Amino acid sequence: MPTSASEPYDLAVIGAGPAGLSGAVTASESGLSVALLDTSGQVGGQFYRHPAPALGAVRPEALHHDWSAFTELCRRQRASDIAHLAGHHVWAVTREGGGVWAVHAVTGADGDGERPVCVRARAVLLATGAYERQLPFPAWTLPGVVGAGGAQAMLKSGLALPGRRVVVAGSGPLLLAVASSLAAAGARVPAVVEASGYLRYARHPRVLAANPHKLAEAATHGAALLRHGVRVRTRSAVIQVHGTERVEAVTVARLDPSWRPVQGSGRRIECDALAVGHGLVPQIELATTVGCATRRTADGTTALALDDLQETSVSGLWAAGETGGVGGAQLAQIEGELAGTAITARLLGRPRLARSGRVDELCHHRDRMRVFADVMAAAHAAGPGWAHWLTDDTDVCRCEEVTAGRVREAIDDLGARDARTVKLLTRAGMGWCQGRMCGAAVACLAAGGGAVPPPDERRPLAVPVPLGVLGALGSPQGAAVAAEGAEAVVVAEGLRAAEATERGAVPDAADPAGKADG
Amino acid sequence: MVGAACAYYAARSGLTVTVLDRGPVAGGTTGAGEGNLLVSDKEPGPELELALLSSQLWRELAELLPPVTEYEPKGGLVVASGEAGMAALRDFAAGQENAGVTAHEIPADRLHDLEPHLTPALAGGFHYPQDAQVQPALAAAHLLKAAGERVRLRLGEEVTGLLTGASGEVRGVRTASGEVHGPYVVNAAGTWGGELARLAGVELPVLPRRGFVLVTEPLPRVVRHKVYAADYVADVASGSAALQTSAVVEGTPAGPVLIGASRERVGYDRSLSVEVLRRLAAGATALFPALAGVRVMRTYAGFRPYLPDHLPAIGPDPRVPGLLHACGHEGAGIGLAPATGLVIARYLTGGEPLLDTAPFRPDRFPAAV
Repeated sequence: MPTSASEPYDLAVIGAGPAGLSGAVTASESGLSVALLDTSGQVGGQFYRHPAPALGAVRPEALHHDWSAFTELCRRQRASDIAHLAGHHVWAVTREGGGVWAVHAVTGADGDGERPVCVRARAVLLATGAYERQLPFPAWTLPGVVGAGGAQAMLKSGLALPGRRVVVAGSGPLLLAVASSLAAAGARVPAVVEASGYLRYARHPRVLAANPHKLAEAATHGAALLRHGVRVRTRSAVIQVHGTERVEAVTVARLDPSWRPVQGSGRRIECDALAVGHGLVPQIELATTVGCATRRTADGTTALALDDLQETSVSGLWAAGETGGVGGAQLAQIEGELAGTAITARLLGRPRLARSGRVDELCHHRDRMRVFADVMAAAHAAGPGWAHWLTDDTDVCRCEEVTAGRVREAIDDLGARDARTVKLLTRAGMGWCQGRMCGAAVACLAAGGGAVPPPDERRPLAVPVPLGVLGALGSPQGAAVAAEGAEAVVVAEGLRAAEATERGAVPDAADPAGKADG
Repeated sequence: MVGAACAYYAARSGLTVTVLDRGPVAGGTTGAGEGNLLVSDKEPGPELELALLSSQLWRELAELLPPVTEYEPKGGLVVASGEAGMAALRDFAAGQENAGVTAHEIPADRLHDLEPHLTPALAGGFHYPQDAQVQPALAAAHLLKAAGERVRLRLGEEVTGLLTGASGEVRGVRTASGEVHGPYVVNAAGTWGGELARLAGVELPVLPRRGFVLVTEPLPRVVRHKVYAADYVADVASGSAALQTSAVVEGTPAGPVLIGASRERVGYDRSLSVEVLRRLAAGATALFPALAGVRVMRTYAGFRPYLPDHLPAIGPDPRVPGLLHACGHEGAGIGLAPATGLVIARYLTGGEPLLDTAPFRPDRFPAAV
């Protein structure tokens, strides 16, 4: 740990999931001073999310694979002198002079603790994970519709179920895991509805053979679903939710290869909740703001472009895990260790460390798993025909209540040609989630059936920041101003309450899910 | 916005117009602006004349454009923190009043009638009822739509060259997908107007001057006018490349409060400047202490098209027959757009000029060597 407050850490790690935790312990054990920042109160990230100790859960591992890998990382973290900064919401990373980075954060459970924190470090490891991708469909804003990742998170942290009869829908490997967790926790799962087929995996037998753990994982979920009598419908989608106050049933339709619903194939399934998600999107805005190069993934998301040792195109800034493309917890942990080693080699001037046998082995594992991740992404990439699910009155942006009809009007009548102008002309993407929920859908609609440009994932403020905190940055009276700010917060809360009354209550939005660490 | 206004007034004068943009509608500086239609920040002179004409035209356009364009004649409030600042404001306003601007002095103890959340630590201010605001992207898009059949939009098409006749006169433009013919070409490329001029072989020294805007979470009407500190006027008029910030705060019908204004010449660099954010936030909370707990949802940078003497280039370019310019309005392009459009339309149809456009002559800058 730095000996004085003004001395920078060697390394600031943002995100305490498998990637960040693994990077932090690796670097710390090699002698670096490390600060580990995370929004959550405890380490583990989204994947190893577990109940707060106060809940007294006896077997949190029941919902987890690789729990032992996690407990081992935790043991190493406890044995280290890593400064674990829990409840820190990082809103920007900026470059200061002399090769030092400034990591700007606000504290508090929801970023509302009002205390601005600036952590300085000579290197930064971005391990901010991913958030869930949603594609809108009629009535998806009805209470009882939750994100698939959100449902999983609710189970892991609070052991609460979103409903008693839960349909799981969308696309991606997460659906099977979510369904088997829900079933194990006592919910009935009348169907898992997967928009892609699984056959596309079979086109890559060598990739599958090289990743036996992935097959084993799928087999475990498959067996669990079979045991609970859960039916998996592939090449199908939920195209309509029914209910007045909350979910009462869904309509599931078969899809053609472009994901366009097949006429007359709809069938109604009774349920009281729907857990839906279309894969994960790397959470990379901290990196894009400083100009890191990106790459397009096989399922149309934007990930960071990284070199062999996990460094971004901006020297001194490394990334591991989902930020470099969604690939799961095991890959994240391997990449975290690689990045931690590479950073140590750079900062301590020991280049041989980065050429060791262990590094070769890690690179080999990573490359193998990355190939699998690419196959997986390609298999679940959304087909362009999904937009046929939308009716003109379907909300696309739920924060600002912008319908598909208004998005189409902006494109057809007003000259919008991309997600940014749709936003300017309709407010879609200007609300609380800053386009994380509707970005993929809007970009697809704006492309009008043509090639969809990858979203640029630029959000110069990664999380909302109170004005009082921004205004007090770097000032010696920062603390005093923040204290004054606390009074102002009360006023602001009052203003917000007045606003809620004025505009009418906002419908109870489904958990945006998977708002990842960092 | 300026291009849309040129197209609108030209079409209304009976011409057919093709609008080309390499991006979407409002994809450049228009989409990054706050939509200020101000007379309050302009000293007496040619720009103020243009602004006063525009102010009147905007009121007419507001009748025509749908309500979603959020035209709001909400008025501006310029405040001073001390007596010296107040005296300077008084002089400034007296000059403006002679030029036709309405300005009312507001003593310190009456400021709260206009803005209840304003800090009590102010010496007073001036209220400018002619100041207004509009949502610029929607205004541009709907103005183009209102222009009707005479205007054709070709978006996503970049102009790569100018077509000229035997004596060097303009005959149209070339784009990646073909040629567009016409006896006149209007350069309304904003910050990129210098590049378009260069395609025509002439120099127009438009430079980008970066500004950041902070956008808060939606609030009820905490801020009713466009409120800004007196030093804003000096910053607008300054040519310095160094960072300048002054507090400019205003609410919007959609709820968020917009906070500006910073000015710096850093090319087209969009990277986040924490120092700019700090200064803007500190300025806004100094004026409105209740905003300290309000969260900033997002921030973005835009590039004002700036010419060395802070006046736009409007009118025919004597160096290239058929080429007209309508760019370089710096931070006032939305406000000055209708008058600019009308002036250009008069040139295109050979009508009487509306006002003295000599100060806006595009060839007024000595050629760079």
